[in-house]
Amino acid sequence: MPPIRVEIDGTAYEDDVEPRLLLVHYLRDRLGKVGTPIGCDTSNCGACTVLLDGLSAKSCAVLAVQADGRDVTTIEGLGVPGTGREHPMQRAFHEEHALQCGYCTPGMIMAAIDLLRENADPSADEIRQGLEGNLCRCTGYQNIVRAVRRASADMRQGAAQAQDAVQGRERGAAS
Amino acid sequence: MIPAKFEYVRAASAGEAVSALAQAGEDAKILAGGQSLMPLLRLRLAYPDALIDVGRIEALREIRDEGGALLIGAMATHHQVVRDPLVRAHAPLIAAATATVADPAIRHRGTFGGALAHADPAGDLPAVALALDAVLLARSPRGEREIPAADFFVDWMTSALDPDELLTGVRVPKLGPGWGVHYEKFHRTAQAWAIVGVACAVRRERGAVEDARVALTNMGPVPVRATAVERFIEGRTVSSSSLRAAGERAAEGTSPPTDLHGSAEYRAHLATVLTARALTAAAAV
Repeated sequence: MPPIRVEIDGTAYEDDVEPRLLLVHYLRDRLGKVGTPIGCDTSNCGACTVLLDGLSAKSCAVLAVQADGRDVTTIEGLGVPGTGREHPMQRAFHEEHALQCGYCTPGMIMAAIDLLRENADPSADEIRQGLEGNLCRCTGYQNIVRAVRRASADMRQGAAQAQDAVQGRERGAAS
Repeated sequence: MIPAKFEYVRAASAGEAVSALAQAGEDAKILAGGQSLMPLLRLRLAYPDALIDVGRIEALREIRDEGGALLIGAMATHHQVVRDPLVRAHAPLIAAATATVADPAIRHRGTFGGALAHADPAGDLPAVALALDAVLLARSPRGEREIPAADFFVDWMTSALDPDELLTGVRVPKLGPGWGVHYEKFHRTAQAWAIVGVACAVRRERGAVEDARVALTNMGPVPVRATAVERFIEGRTVSSSSLRAAGERAAEGTSPPTDLHGSAEYRAHLATVLTARALTAAAAV
């Protein structure tokens, strides 16, 4: 069995895996990271979306051996909701009630974060386009679009504040 | 579902991939981005003995200017192709059609060469390669050969590649000034295949169509050139009526499939409507 070394949510794992093992099965069955669900198993629904080297990928369409040497971020690597240490996207999904059953939510959040990496301030239309690979059968997408808009505003504001803080320190250092 | 067992070989170079493929025999498959292959493995519609993974061969991802043509590495991802300045400048039809392939997560991993070698007549890129007279570069232990797109798509999901051949890249002649392009597709959802698609490039000069290239997605077991449309419109003055009349010839000589998304008659009708739209957009009427 080929050995793999993969960094997942900030922790390095070394394992021998069967070549046919899918990344999503490796995450769930071997590592117990069940935050990433399996939805359709035919790469349609996007529920199993993770970030692979920073880009969204459907983990049911990737072999664990293909992730060898790569960096994987799952929903479990983002933060813990309700602790104040959640990702702004998780908080926005909660506050905008962007889920009902919650099954699509981990993939939806990972895809939404990927979208904001490319476009920090997407319109409602751009959000619908950007999330076209993720299906939700409960919400009708309205609140999901609202949540992504809110997270985008929060994250831009957060980035601006961080930049101000850095500039403030630089001014302080210069004087 | 879990794929059937297979042997896994990770190739570090195109040469290594070719030797591994030759050694593995007829029941080996190349694993490119895996976005079409993985669902087939999971559903056990395909059960190769061995997968040769070419995903780490950086040299195959390169997109290069060769003067009169672009050379697009077979492993260039859709994500990369859509953003590539050379592709956008010299092969904008490829950028436009690739932006409609599946969804962002699949475009991150799926590859240009993989989509062509898969030879799915419902895939978007085979018709685009055909419309642009692309040339596909194949490598085997016997050496390299060039296969024009018109000869590459042999039958339903069947390419002209021999079992021991690796697609390494695609040479795409540049479109010069004066060309307009458009890819028009009709599909139910992001991930659904095109029910019908039309790849179109038109060169205008003084209000008339000088040159037209039109190819159709999912109007037969292989992508087809709409030669009746091309012949009709070339030399004619651009107007909404001439483009519509050209579009009406789109289904001539095609043999569209009937499936749960539409009958052959429906597809034939759709092809005429979408071709008129694609011509109109490409000719910027």
